[in-house]
Amino acid sequence: MSIVIRKITKRFGDFVALDDVSLEVEGGSLTALLGPSGSGKSTLLRIIAGLEWPDQGEVELSGEDATALTPQKRNVGFVFQHYAAFKHMTVRDNIAFGLEVRKRPKEEIRERVDELLRLVQLEAFGGRYPAQLSGGQRQRMALARALAPEPQVLLLDEPFGALDARVRAELREWLRRLHEEVHVTTIFVTHDQAEAMDVASQIAVMNHARIEQVGTPTELYDEPATEFVMRFVGDASAFGDGWVRPHELDIVAEPDDGSVEALIERITTFGFDARIELQPAEGDPLTVQLTRDRLDLLELQQGQIVWVRAARERTFA
Amino acid sequence: MSTATSTGRARRYALRWLALGYLAVVLVGPLALVFWRTFENGVAPAWDALTTPETIHAFELTLLITAIAVPLNTVFGVVCALLIVRHRFRGKGLLNAFVDLPLALSPVVVGLSLFLLYGRQGWFGGWLEDHDVQVLFALPGMVLATVFVSLPFVCREVVPTLREIGEEQEQAARTLGANGLQTLRRITLPAIRWAVVYGVVLTAARCLGEYGAVAVVSGRVQGQTETATLRVEERYDSFDLQGAYAISLVLALLAVLVLVAMTLLEPKERAA
Repeated sequence: MSIVIRKITKRFGDFVALDDVSLEVEGGSLTALLGPSGSGKSTLLRIIAGLEWPDQGEVELSGEDATALTPQKRNVGFVFQHYAAFKHMTVRDNIAFGLEVRKRPKEEIRERVDELLRLVQLEAFGGRYPAQLSGGQRQRMALARALAPEPQVLLLDEPFGALDARVRAELREWLRRLHEEVHVTTIFVTHDQAEAMDVASQIAVMNHARIEQVGTPTELYDEPATEFVMRFVGDASAFGDGWVRPHELDIVAEPDDGSVEALIERITTFGFDARIELQPAEGDPLTVQLTRDRLDLLELQQGQIVWVRAARERTFA
Repeated sequence: MSTATSTGRARRYALRWLALGYLAVVLVGPLALVFWRTFENGVAPAWDALTTPETIHAFELTLLITAIAVPLNTVFGVVCALLIVRHRFRGKGLLNAFVDLPLALSPVVVGLSLFLLYGRQGWFGGWLEDHDVQVLFALPGMVLATVFVSLPFVCREVVPTLREIGEEQEQAARTLGANGLQTLRRITLPAIRWAVVYGVVLTAARCLGEYGAVAVVSGRVQGQTETATLRVEERYDSFDLQGAYAISLVLALLAVLVLVAMTLLEPKERAA
C-alpha cells in the first residue's frame, strides 16, 4: 500500500514540470501535495496513476515497480477536480463501472454498490444521472466510484476545487472521516494550505517542479525548511532580516532591544484571538496575533504608535 | 429615440423578408414546381413512371450504394476523429486536411481520378483485369466514388464533440480498470453517439444525392449501373419529363426526411 517516487523528471516541451522529485508515502496515510498552480503537483499525481509517463525515474506501488504499468493495471482510484462523471450512466452504473469491467458477479456488484451508496450518503440518488446532482453529490459519487474496486491507492486531484466554500468544508471533514473508516493510502492535491493542514497527516510542499519539504502540518508550520514553505504554509511576516509567524510577535508599549516602531492600522478580533495589522516605520506591513486577554491588557487602538518584538525569528539561506 | 427604434425594426423586418424571399426563390420555388409538375396529370402517370423496372432498379442501386458507403464512412469517420483528437503522431495535420478534401474537390474530378487509377491504362487497371475484377462501370467503382465524396461528414461531426467531452471520462475509465476496447465501447461511443447519428444522416443524404463522381465511373447502363440521380437526367434527355419529375420528387422527399431527422436530432445533441 506504500508509494515510493524515485527521482522523477517530467518535461512538457521546454517546460520542466517535475525536476528530480522523490517522495515516500506510508501505507494507510493521508498525504497532501500542496503548492501553487504550475508547481507540478497534479503532474506528480497523474504519474502515480499512470495517466502521464515520467521521462526519468520510478514509481513503486506496494514495493513493486509500477513505472511501466498502464493505469488499468495499477489498481488506483482517481478522483478528478471536475468529477469526470460518466454522464450517460446513472449514479449506480457509475459506481458499478470498475466492478463490471472486472467481470465480478452481478450479486456482488449490487451489494458493493449499495454499501458505497450508503458510505457516500447517496442511497436515494442511485437512479439519477450526474446532471441531476449537485457538485458536492457528484464528487461523492466520483469518490464512491473510485473506491468500488477496492484500490490500493486513492488519488484526488483538487477534489474540492470546483465547489463553493461551505460544501468544500463539509467534504473536507467527510474525507477525513472516510479515510479513518476505509484506511486506503490517500494522496490529494490542493493549492489551499488551510485545506492541506486541515485534512492531511503528511504534507509535501511543492514549488517550481520540486518538493520543498515533507512533514506533518505542525512541522511545516513550526520548522519550515525554506522561505517558500514559511510563506506558503501559514501566515508569515518579514521582520528584520528574517521571517516570523504572527503569534511569535508581541506588542510592547516601550521600545527595547530589537523592537521595531510601528503604527497600528487595523485591529480585528475573531474568536478568542486578535489580529493587529501594523505599518512599521520602514519595511513591509506586519501582522501580529494576540490573545484577547493580551489585547485588552495592552489597551491598543487604531492609529497608536507601538513597538513590536519577535520571540523568534527565522532566516533562510 | 422612437424613430431610431422604428428604423431598427424596419431594418430587421427587411432582413427577415430578404432571407425568406431568397429561400423562396432559390429553394422552395423549384421544389414546389417539381411537386406540381409530378402530379400535373394526376397520381396515376407519376406512379407508372416510378414503377418501371429500370426506375425501381435505379432506386435499389442508390439505396444499395448508400447502404455500403454509410457504414464504411461511419467506421472510418469515428476512427479518424479519434486519431485527430486523441492521438499525437506525425502527419496528423495532413490527415486533418485530407479529410476535408472531398468537400473542396469537384465530384467530377473524383470520378476522373478513379478512372486514372482503375481504368485499363490506370495504375491498378492491368492487375485488376488479369484477376477479372471489374471496378469501373460496375458497383465497386460507384461505391468507391460515393465513399470518397461522402467521407468527411461523420468525422467532421464527431471531432468537435470529442474535443468538448474531453479526455477525463476516458482516463477515469482506465484508472477503474477498463481496457482500451471497454473504454471505447462503454464511455467514448455513448458520449459521441448523437454526433455519430447526425454525421450518418448527413452522409446518407450526400450518398443519395451523389451525381458527378458516379456519373463518370458508372457508364450509365440502364437497369445495371444507373442510380436514381443518373436516371433523372436520362429520363429528362429522353423527353420523359413526367418520369424525371417523379424520380426527382422521391429524391426530394428523401432529402426532406433527412432534414426532419436532423432537426429532431440536433437539440438532443446539444443537451448531451
